Amino acid sequence: MKQTGTELVKRGMAEMQKGGVIMDVINAEQAKIAEAAGAVAVMALERVPSDIRKAGGVARMADPRIVEEVMGAVTIPVMAKARIGHIVEARVLEAMGVDYIDESEVLTPADEEYHLLKSEYTVPFVCGCRDLGEAARRIGEGASMLRTKGEPGTGNIVEAVRHIRKVNAQVRKVVGMTEDELMTEAKLLGAPFELLREIKRLGRLPVVNFAAGGVATPADAALMMELGADGVFVGSGIFKSENPEKFARAIVEATTHYKDYKLIAEISKELGVPMKGIDIAQLGHNERMQERGW
Amino acid sequence: MKRIGVLALQGAVREHIQMLEALGCEAIQVKQRKDLENLDGLVLPGGESTTMRKLLDRFDLLEPIRGLAQQGLPMLGTCAGLILLAKDLIEDEPHLAVMDVTVARNSYGRQVNSFEVQLDIPKVGVGIPAVFIRAPHIEAVGKDVEILAQHEGKIILAQDGHLLGCSFHPELTEDTRIIEYFVSSMV
Repeated sequence: MKQTGTELVKRGMAEMQKGGVIMDVINAEQAKIAEAAGAVAVMALERVPSDIRKAGGVARMADPRIVEEVMGAVTIPVMAKARIGHIVEARVLEAMGVDYIDESEVLTPADEEYHLLKSEYTVPFVCGCRDLGEAARRIGEGASMLRTKGEPGTGNIVEAVRHIRKVNAQVRKVVGMTEDELMTEAKLLGAPFELLREIKRLGRLPVVNFAAGGVATPADAALMMELGADGVFVGSGIFKSENPEKFARAIVEATTHYKDYKLIAEISKELGVPMKGIDIAQLGHNERMQERGW
Repeated sequence: MKRIGVLALQGAVREHIQMLEALGCEAIQVKQRKDLENLDGLVLPGGESTTMRKLLDRFDLLEPIRGLAQQGLPMLGTCAGLILLAKDLIEDEPHLAVMDVTVARNSYGRQVNSFEVQLDIPKVGVGIPAVFIRAPHIEAVGKDVEILAQHEGKIILAQDGHLLGCSFHPELTEDTRIIEYFVSSMV
């Protein structure tokens, strides 16, 4: 019996993206640049996160016309973002045939209490996380892939570093615990108990965890791989840089060869100006996208 | 101990390495030319074939791997790996162009159409779990190619002498029989 939308099929799709770079694009032309540079997938958006910050107001799912245009332009997988808890945006994107949905804090949440029940969908989902509790709750709801939240649209890697270190330290702690300690840890983390048992058995998270939210240079991408990310999302970092083609290519190469420092030096030469960054301390609490999600 | 390389530019590298080690092989990550020395076999894993092709070109791996395939090094390609091996691709230029098959990419549709199924494969075993993710299929085979499995009328596993091409992802399951077939009867 042929079965679609199973856990294995949805998580497996993310496994195929490992070691790769997923790039935010806003039209067919950018999607083609990303594909030519070696992106493993593109995220079709109306605006990249730094422009969402500038524009203010309510950020929603992209115009389906843009998503359709990007899907028609490339043969690599196409992802798109739905608002947290917005069942209909997610169903619309699924009906359009996007390959992965990001239930994303970059958009303005539609529900301030509940996330989507992602296990109900045939299309797989990726969600952001800052710690193991958040990661495990999203997996519990059916997310097939995780990413750090970082702080989107800032070009500042500090938050993504904080989040990947935190999640991985907490995974190591769980793996090192005895079985009888897991229930209390589950309570403290706000994480499903069965998932902690699975993490302990596997010695790692049961789904792929990418870095996102602040990657702006090839060295940033390599740093996240060094810290244990399975791959990298680059949002504003490519098409807000001076030379998107070169940045895109260099970030792909640095992600594959993240321990080859001579190579990273070579590909980082004369790349031009990266996106202008934001110091996180300058952002008020209500401007921090990472605070969204529960 | 058999030394099997796994092309490690991107994709399901960890899964293949774990499976090869479980089968008693030494698994070598292949990221650059020097990693190709003294291998008894090579696995081209699942992932994104367009990404892998760009990286094969940029790090001068395409010609050396093609050369090894032509000299008879046993190779297994799963999903994207099958696309890399094929002599002909429908609507695309071939990559390594060493295995005498014509392959169609994304031939089952987008991710929502990805699926899993159990297969009986006479040369390998019964009830083999097969995970198809935005999978390719083999449209046509050359005269010396043996068709090992079909599903819904599409060829999904075939062997061209020392080259084995597979549409699905044996590395994503716990079942080692496909990889075992490669390691024990071809390497």
